[in-house]
This record gives sequence, structure tokens and C-alpha cells, in this order.
Amino acid sequence: MHETDMTKALILTVKDWWEAQPDRPRISQIHLLVGQFTCVEPASLQFAFAVQSRQTFLAEAKLTIQEIPLIAFCHRCQQEYRPQIGMRYACPDCRSPMDDIRSGRELKIDRIEYVTDESLVAEHS
Amino acid sequence: MHQTFDAALEINLLHANQAGADHNRAHFDAWGITCFNVMSSPGAGKTALLERSLAVLSQELQIAVIEGDMTTELDADRLRQYGVPVIAINTGRACHLDAQMVAGGIHRLSHEYDPTAFDLVFVENVGNLVCPAEFEVGEHAKVALLSITEGEDKPLKYPVMFQAADCLLITKMDLAPYLEINLDQIVDNVRQMNAQVTIIPVSAKTGEGLADWFQWVRSQLNPISFKQRSIVHCSS
Repeated sequence: MHETDMTKALILTVKDWWEAQPDRPRISQIHLLVGQFTCVEPASLQFAFAVQSRQTFLAEAKLTIQEIPLIAFCHRCQQEYRPQIGMRYACPDCRSPMDDIRSGRELKIDRIEYVTDESLVAEHS
Repeated sequence: MHQTFDAALEINLLHANQAGADHNRAHFDAWGITCFNVMSSPGAGKTALLERSLAVLSQELQIAVIEGDMTTELDADRLRQYGVPVIAINTGRACHLDAQMVAGGIHRLSHEYDPTAFDLVFVENVGNLVCPAEFEVGEHAKVALLSITEGEDKPLKYPVMFQAADCLLITKMDLAPYLEINLDQIVDNVRQMNAQVTIIPVSAKTGEGLADWFQWVRSQLNPISFKQRSIVHCSS
């Protein structure tokens, strides 16, 4: 359910950026990074985005979600490992608890692809 | 030629909530208040725990409760019987409290009372093991509850909340004799992802473990809550 709120935050953030651009470019794609060790379900985000972006400046924008795996670092073994979400989080070799999460907590707008008026002009000429 | 440009934003989606949470915490700090975010699945016993806590701790500390409940004030009414201010935030259909909702509660608290008089604020979150874990509200510590009836595997299935918890209360311990459940397994599953968390088995019914919980609460208090406090005003 909170994907609705996340999507609201996403659209507001992109809107802030868009309104700060002098030429109000056409946004074609938003790239989002979503870690696997978050409470966010990409399919729910896609659905919320489709609904909330309707008839807005993002109506034609595509949301691309890249899932980031959960990777932890075991200090005792001095190596990274992939905890198995829902099953096991401790280091598979020495069973130390997961304490240093290197990736998987991301909830980030990575980048935006856009087309400016100038390039539209170039395209049409 | 079709030309597409890239703009790197690298903005966290929860940036606005995080900023709001930091703002809330700054108020708590200035008032010398320690704030706990109390989270669990529905029915794990948050309100029962707070009832027992208020009965004892309100004799030595000035406590207020910010209560998130989806549609009713039932929980808030239960807690008001202990003579402490209870600010009820009706969250509507929202499945969690966010920093902005709690800011509303803080402002009501500071307008209706002298906020510098308080030592401790419990934020009772909406019953949900998933969403509240992602939305900080300005707390100094996260307290998670897991009732013994929920099973050993819940920490593995809902890891984000248990990984972030500072204190985990395993509640309804009075029911343990009637269940085939392995407390050590629960503890082991939580420890896999959170080596630092303080784990206290409790029963609001029999009082088991509550003395340890109260001691943990006292150990977390802001030292300035017993000293001179500064007064801040919020312009927003």
C-alpha cells in the first residue's frame, strides 16, 4: 500500500526537477533503483505509477525499475555474500550475523531520460 | 535525429520523509524528549504493553503518546485512562505513520502542553510488519514487538523491521506453554540480521520481563531530560 506514497514522492521529485528546467523537456523514461532488502514491491510501484502519472506531464514516461540485490559483507571472512531473503541472513561460511549491508537498501531515482525541444526541432527538420 | 538526454538525479525516494523525521527529532532533542517508535503486526500487544508501561513509568517520567490508529480512537481511549496526554492521529487508510503525520502530533502536543516538561514520547505505529519499517518518524530508537504466537519464521519473512529494531519485545510469553514454539529459534533468527538488538521476552498479562523492559527504557533516556532544557519554537 505504501507504494502509492512512494510513487507520490517519485512524481513530486521528478516534477521539481522538471519545473527547474527552462525548456520543460519531455521526459521519456525514469530509471529507479529498488533494493531487494526494502519493503517495496516493483510491480506495485509500476501499477501506482501508471495510475498516478495519467494525464500529467509524465503520462508518456516509462518507469524502469532496476532491482538491486542484497549483498552483505562479512568482516570475519573478509568477503561479500548474498543473504537469502526469507531464509538465511548470516554469513554462509562462518555464520556471523549480517551487519554490513553493501547493497539492497536502495530506493533511489537514478536518472531521467528526456528529449528537449531543440532535439525535437532537429528531429523534425 | 532523435536525441535523448540523461540527467543523473540520484535522489532517494524517501528523502522528504527523512528530512521530516530529522526535523521532528530536532524538536525532541531540544525539548529533552526521547522518542520511541513502537511497531508490530496488528494484535501483537502494542497497546497492552503501553498500558503496563504507562502504569509504572508515568510515576517517574513525564510521558506522552502519539497514537496512530487507522479509523478509531479505541487505543487512544485505553491509554488516556493512565492520565497521560494521548495525541491520536487518524491515519485514514494509510498503513503506516510518516514523519509528516507525526509532526502534526508533535505540534498539537507542543500547543496543548509544555513540551519541555516531557521526558518520553511513545509513538504507537499502525499495526503492520512491513511499511512502518521504511518510514522513520523522528524516533531515537525503534521498538519492535513480536508475539510468541506469530511463529519463529516472522523475522526471516519480514526482515527489514527486525533488522532495524533497537529493542525487540517478544510478547504474550504467558501463552508459550500452550504452543509448540521455540523461543531460541526466534532469537536466533533475529540475531542473524541484527546482532545488536536487545531482546526481552515479556508478558503484559503476568508482568514477566517488564522490569527488564522498563530498565531498557530508562537506559535510553536523553540525559538532558533531567537538566536544563532549551525552548524552541517551530515556525511551520
